[in-house]
Amino acid sequence: MSENLLKVQPIRNGTVIDHIRAGRGRKILDILGLSKSGTTISLLVNVQSKKQKRKDMIKVEDRELDENEIEKLALLSPNARVNIIRNYAVAEKKEVKIPSFISSIVHCPNENCISNNERGVSSNFKLIDEETHQIQCTYCGRKIEEDKLNFL
Amino acid sequence: MKHIVSIEDLDNKSIMGILKRAKELLPVAKGNKKSKTLDGKILATCFFEPSTRTRLSFESAMQRLGGSCIGFADPSATSHLKGETLSDAIRMVAGYSDAVVLRHPREGAAKLASEVSEVPIINGGDGAGQHPTQTLLDLFTIKDEIGKLEGLKVGMLGDLRYGRTVHSLSQALNRFNTKFFFISPKSLAMPEHVTDVLDSHWSTHENLKEVLGDLDVLYVTRIQKERFPDLEDYKKVAGAYKINAELLKNAKSKMKILHPLPRVDEISTDVDETKHAAYFRQAFNGVPVRMALLEKLIGAKK
Repeated sequence: MSENLLKVQPIRNGTVIDHIRAGRGRKILDILGLSKSGTTISLLVNVQSKKQKRKDMIKVEDRELDENEIEKLALLSPNARVNIIRNYAVAEKKEVKIPSFISSIVHCPNENCISNNERGVSSNFKLIDEETHQIQCTYCGRKIEEDKLNFL
Repeated sequence: MKHIVSIEDLDNKSIMGILKRAKELLPVAKGNKKSKTLDGKILATCFFEPSTRTRLSFESAMQRLGGSCIGFADPSATSHLKGETLSDAIRMVAGYSDAVVLRHPREGAAKLASEVSEVPIINGGDGAGQHPTQTLLDLFTIKDEIGKLEGLKVGMLGDLRYGRTVHSLSQALNRFNTKFFFISPKSLAMPEHVTDVLDSHWSTHENLKEVLGDLDVLYVTRIQKERFPDLEDYKKVAGAYKINAELLKNAKSKMKILHPLPRVDEISTDVDETKHAAYFRQAFNGVPVRMALLEKLIGAKK
C-alpha cells in the first residue's frame, strides 16, 4: 500500500480510501458528495495492486469520513479500507463493513413500498447475505442486489 | 405484545394452537353457542382500501366473542385525504381500541403500523405483500378437510406469479413436509423468490391432468385478464385451466378444492355439488380462525 500512496503526494490531514473496487471511485465521489466539500480531492483510477488486479483510490484532504459515510462506502465497495490521516501518519484505520441494519442510506426500489410513500419514514434494510451483500427492505420485503442500489 | 404482520411471525406451535382453538370455536362462529371471551374489548378495522370479505369476517369474529368493532371501510371518510400519515392515523386508532386490523394498498404498511402502535396490529393485506389471516384460514381448511397438514400433496393452479395467497401458503406449508405441484402457464409460473426458500419437493407443470390423480388438495386461483396484453392469449390460457365435474373424475375421491374467492369461471358451478368442493366452507372458516387469533392477541380469558 505504501508504494501506491506515493503515487500522489501524501496528505497531511484527511482520509485515504484505499482498495476501492476498480471503476467505483467516481461513483463514490458522487454519492458521498466529496467534491462539494471544497477541499482538495485526488482520485486514482485503475491503480495496480497486489491484492486486486486493479483498484481505485481516493484521497480527501482536511476531511475525515463519518460513520454514515463509511456505511455508504461499505455498500459501494465492501472491501475498501479507510485510513484517517493526521499529521502525515495513519491515525486510525476504520473498518468498512456493511452494517446488519441500513437506515436512510438507500431507496427501496419498490415504488409501492410504504417507505417511499409516507412523510417522515426512512428506508430500512437488513443485510441478508454477507457474501453477496444482498439487502432486504424491512417494510415490503423487497430484496436488492448490491449493484442496483439507489442512494438517498 | 405481539403483532401479526406476516405468517412468519407465528411459529409452528402458535399456528397449531390457533388452528386447534379455531376448531373449538366452530359452534360459536356458527352462532350455535355463545361466548363472552372478548367482552368489553374493541377491535378497530381500518381499511384504506375496500375488502368486504376480510372486514366482515373480522367484525363477525369479534362480535361473536362478545367484543365490539369500530373503524372504517373506505379511506374517503377519514383524515387520510387531508394528508394525515398512516403512522399518525394508527397512533390515534390504537388509543381507541384493543387491537387494529389494517388493510392498506402499500406494501409494508402493516410493518410500519406495528412500529408505532401500542396495541396489536393484524395485517389484513398490504398491497401485493402479506395477508397472514388468509394463510391461517387456508391451513385450517386443509387440516379440517383432510384431517392433517403433515406430508400432503398440494397442487396450486392458475396465476402463481402474482397471487400472494399461493406465495404465503407455500411458505407456510413448507413447514409441514408438503409435496408441491405448481400448475400454470409458463408466463404465470411461481416466482423464484418463493421456490428458492422451499426445502420440500416441488415441481412445475403446465397441464393439470398430468398430476391431478396424485393430489390431496388443489388450490385454485383466478387468472386475471389484466395480466394479458392480448385478449386472445387470455382466453386460450384461462380456458386451459378451467375445472369442471367431468375433469374431476380422475381425482382421488377425497381430494379437496380450495379457492380464495371470488371466482369467475375457473371453477365451473357443477363442481359445487361434488364432494371435492371445499371453497365455501373455506370462506366461512375465516370467522373461527380470526376468532382464535383475536383471543390470542387481545388476551382473553377462557
